[in-house]
Amino acid sequence: MIISIASGKGGTGKTTVSTNLAVSLESEVQLLDCDVEEPNSHLFIRPTIEKVEKITTPVPEVDENKCTLCGKCGEICQFKAIVVIGETVLPFHELCHSCGGCVEVCPEKAITETARELGILECGHRNSLEFVHGRLRVGEAMSPPLIRAVRAHTKGALTIIDAPPGTSCPVIASMNGADFVLLVTEPTPFGLHDLKLAVGAVRMLGIPCGLVINRSDMGDDKVWAYAEEEGIPILMEIPFDRKIAEAYSRGDLLVEVMPEWKEKFQGLLKDIEKLI
Amino acid sequence: MVKELVVISGKGGTGKTSVMSAFASMARNMVLCDADVDAADLHLIMEPDIKERHEFQSGSTAGIISEKCTNCGLCRDLCRFDAISEDYVVDPVACEGCGVCHYFCPEEAVDFSLNTCGEWFLSESRFGPVVHARLGIAEENSGKLVSLVRQEGRRLAEERDLNLILTDGPPGVGCPVIASLGGASSVLIVAEPSVSGMHDMERVVQLADFFNVPAMLCVNKFDLNSDKTREIETFARDKKVAVVGRIPFDPTFTKAMVKGKTILEYDSDSDAAGEVKKIWEKIGEKIGI
Repeated sequence: MIISIASGKGGTGKTTVSTNLAVSLESEVQLLDCDVEEPNSHLFIRPTIEKVEKITTPVPEVDENKCTLCGKCGEICQFKAIVVIGETVLPFHELCHSCGGCVEVCPEKAITETARELGILECGHRNSLEFVHGRLRVGEAMSPPLIRAVRAHTKGALTIIDAPPGTSCPVIASMNGADFVLLVTEPTPFGLHDLKLAVGAVRMLGIPCGLVINRSDMGDDKVWAYAEEEGIPILMEIPFDRKIAEAYSRGDLLVEVMPEWKEKFQGLLKDIEKLI
Repeated sequence: MVKELVVISGKGGTGKTSVMSAFASMARNMVLCDADVDAADLHLIMEPDIKERHEFQSGSTAGIISEKCTNCGLCRDLCRFDAISEDYVVDPVACEGCGVCHYFCPEEAVDFSLNTCGEWFLSESRFGPVVHARLGIAEENSGKLVSLVRQEGRRLAEERDLNLILTDGPPGVGCPVIASLGGASSVLIVAEPSVSGMHDMERVVQLADFFNVPAMLCVNKFDLNSDKTREIETFARDKKVAVVGRIPFDPTFTKAMVKGKTILEYDSDSDAAGEVKKIWEKIGEKIGI
């Protein structure tokens, strides 16, 4: 079973829910942090890292001796990542989506592929919890291939995915194929607005979803009305508590500081299982 | 010359939009841009009156015309995104829009039409003109839409002789953030004092440096962890990032947001509002507005 934890708006508590859920479960579980632009789960899980891998993507390299400047590569490329300018052909690696079209189309077989580094992937453990995350190189724009590399480590009975904020391609890459999406929101106008977008994305993918309302006593009551209207079950409410906020700020897990939450997270998984 | 200040944070939810809208209620001769195109929230405070609405077209998606398809399998062999099923249906979510299947199909059975993947708007608000956008759900090309929003912001500023563009940036350090930094006069990083806030702030400081944009930093909710606040400020100073202030944790921000107001409109005597005013003055000195 794969549970993706997403939100639309950033900073609503995705990482809090992902990490506390993962450590509360006594069964075999995996936590994949797919927020590769700003991965944070490791700060709370503090895993022992056992393996570090460079993640690369193939990009074109042109053999100028074979190239006749025919321009077919530039013509097929949808991303303007390879162009013929005057007497030379220029690949722009940072724009390349690694589709391989230029390699395929080149009549002179002048184009081969070389690896471009997108970031790193780290795997480790905290007791029986298996942990994997990706870390996008700063300055790199292309996150979906790195997210897919993290997701390629999915195995076993239960995988929890910490997704990035937003609703565009990196979020979709973190939710697609999941059995359940747990949406974490806050009851504010921004939280609700972005939740609606996230629900739109989840519905488009046809995945069942449920809601966690964080800082549930700060804002207004519109999110409850929305959830009822849309038939989205509210599975957990976490009130604002300065003690929780301070524990989070230090990198402490909620279940370490307030152990009574452990049972609640175990119950959350049971509720999710009933909904699938 | 038109100056552009971009507000970013790395980590989401640190208060970018709340701080930035408070600035908007103090700034004069300014255009507002919302560059967080896939979860745009600024309009919830600005209540912009939309004057112009434009489609944003970018990228294409493949679609197989089943009457023409002979199931030869070439497209499935060439597609690197596993976007074509065994019965030759394109999964639009997996499709990268590379057009390789369209180009090579011997039967010309792959349609490859331009996507409308969002909308962008030119609006008027009580603080001045606003350029904002809405990326369609699950769409790509958010970076291109961000660039478009900023380009329109600049055009408006020049046309109306305004000297400042205030841009609300997206979270993260990836494609849309990169698109919101290029050519900006300066960035303000809104950090929060937590282990995640620290971690994410370090990465955006690096990013601003990578693109050579001078950075300033303020810490929001600083009193939730004063040690982390100091750690963040020390890191920033070491990296030649100007520290322009601290804002206390204040539920007034949320109350103002619920009413659709900036914190200065809602309660200009609150502690947080006072600090935001001081920060704005400092920024004004730094960037010369």
